[in-house]
Amino acid sequence: MAETTVAQIRQLVEALYRTESRRVFATLIRLLGNFDLAEEALHDAFAAASAQWPQEGVPANPRAWLVSTGRFKAIDTLRRRTRFDHSLAELASKLDTEANALDIADDSQVEDDRLRLIFTCCHPALPPEAQIALTLREICGLTTEEIASAFLVAPSTLAQRIVRAKAKIRDAGIPYQVPSKADLPDRLETVLQVIYLVFNEGYAASSGSSLTRANLSEEAIRLGRLLMELLPDTEVVGLLALMLLQESRRTARTSPTGDLILLEDQDRSLWHAVYMAEGRALVQQVLAAGRVGAYTVQAAIAAVHAAAPSTAETAWDQIVAWYDLLTQLNPSPVVELNRAVAIAMRDGPAVGLQLIDDILAQGDLANYHLAHAARADLCRRLGQVAAAKDAYQQALMLTKQDPERRFLEKRLRELSQET
Amino acid sequence: MKFICLGYLDEAQWNELAEAEQAALMESCFAYDDELRRGGHFIGGEALQSVQNAATLRYQHGQVTVTDGPYAETKEHLGGILILEARDLNHAIQLMSQHPGVRSGPFEIRPVDEAINAQIAARIKSFQRG
Repeated sequence: MAETTVAQIRQLVEALYRTESRRVFATLIRLLGNFDLAEEALHDAFAAASAQWPQEGVPANPRAWLVSTGRFKAIDTLRRRTRFDHSLAELASKLDTEANALDIADDSQVEDDRLRLIFTCCHPALPPEAQIALTLREICGLTTEEIASAFLVAPSTLAQRIVRAKAKIRDAGIPYQVPSKADLPDRLETVLQVIYLVFNEGYAASSGSSLTRANLSEEAIRLGRLLMELLPDTEVVGLLALMLLQESRRTARTSPTGDLILLEDQDRSLWHAVYMAEGRALVQQVLAAGRVGAYTVQAAIAAVHAAAPSTAETAWDQIVAWYDLLTQLNPSPVVELNRAVAIAMRDGPAVGLQLIDDILAQGDLANYHLAHAARADLCRRLGQVAAAKDAYQQALMLTKQDPERRFLEKRLRELSQET
Repeated sequence: MKFICLGYLDEAQWNELAEAEQAALMESCFAYDDELRRGGHFIGGEALQSVQNAATLRYQHGQVTVTDGPYAETKEHLGGILILEARDLNHAIQLMSQHPGVRSGPFEIRPVDEAINAQIAARIKSFQRG
């Protein structure tokens, strides 16, 4: 066969790896019942494609070919390895007899397989950090080294997390299945948490290797899209909308030198119009459907901001109403704090300050730097310079992130110049 | 990604084995190496002679001293290296976990430093040109 065709087929196999390998992998896990065996089978199937397709031609359904080849390679491998480990013989013959019973090219199963994989990686029996690592490696296809660098840990630490998680899945017999209707809401909540944690890891930290961290947000959005395709629950759509609306402000929220820019000072022309439009449309879609959860409400708040040309022209009454709902759905001191800030924008800083002082008096947020930063800002607006300085100092003591420190220090300098 | 797998061995324990047992263990290691070759994972390997044949150099007080034997007195010593191609560290761990050699002593899996290797490659190239 001509050299060019061989090169073309190599390119095709590489492209298929990027678009199909996670689907093939998810199906192989179901067929083989084991993550490690499936990973090896996946590798063998793609290697076989590179070797055989130049001679035999590209099959009509490449994905089905890869699945069935991977499966037969796995059985072959187990048979050969019986000489090192006799326990493999039983597994090999079990898989072989199942072969005839299964229609492995059944495409209707494929999307379910991806959903099974998501629910297995985000199983509540696994610690959150393991859920995140497994999700990024097995569903998104990132390497151990890429995930480690995004989370600023050693690859060997992350590798061990993944090894332990897989051992737990195997030893605890965590089933490879989509949860029953009764369990679905709770289990889905865990999946959404994992996706949002990945997103925030990429969004919140604007220091360090900010480039790789931005990619985490992209991965989270990609996961959100995948999940919406597979399971279009309202909160799935709500989370995707929330991530898109937050991501749309990424460029505007930090200066070229990496300093933090507050919402009121952001150049709104820098907001990403496509993400924003998509996020707002998704919010509309969910609200029209009538059932709202905590992610949808947060997305609705972000959508109100997105619709406003400036802070002054923001519909703060709507935002306060959404926060009222959020305090019912998801009561927490942090939500109360955000509600107080919105009320301050609607009714003036004095009203907001009273609310924040009440929240701080409850004690839960005493060590939360943003509570003190919000208090400082309201004091500053009221001209209470000494109280504002004290609160900024408090916030400064409690914050760990460099951009936030620089922002607070700048505010303190400005206050000193005013007096 | 390329990984170097350092295989350690308790020589005293190894020497206590009957010749047939040694041969059987070697054979199972070779057979698994074939498994790695089949998947395109086996890039190369070297077996090492006994640590008794080692010479250790040290730079002390401005001069090089030589001692016979290993640099550290441990029960297990490096017995051989295997150069492995894998997608990432977890893939390497998975492949080497099934290697029969791990039953005779620990494997240390180390990713190669591609940045320094690139410097070495550039050096080799300029050396050949010069």
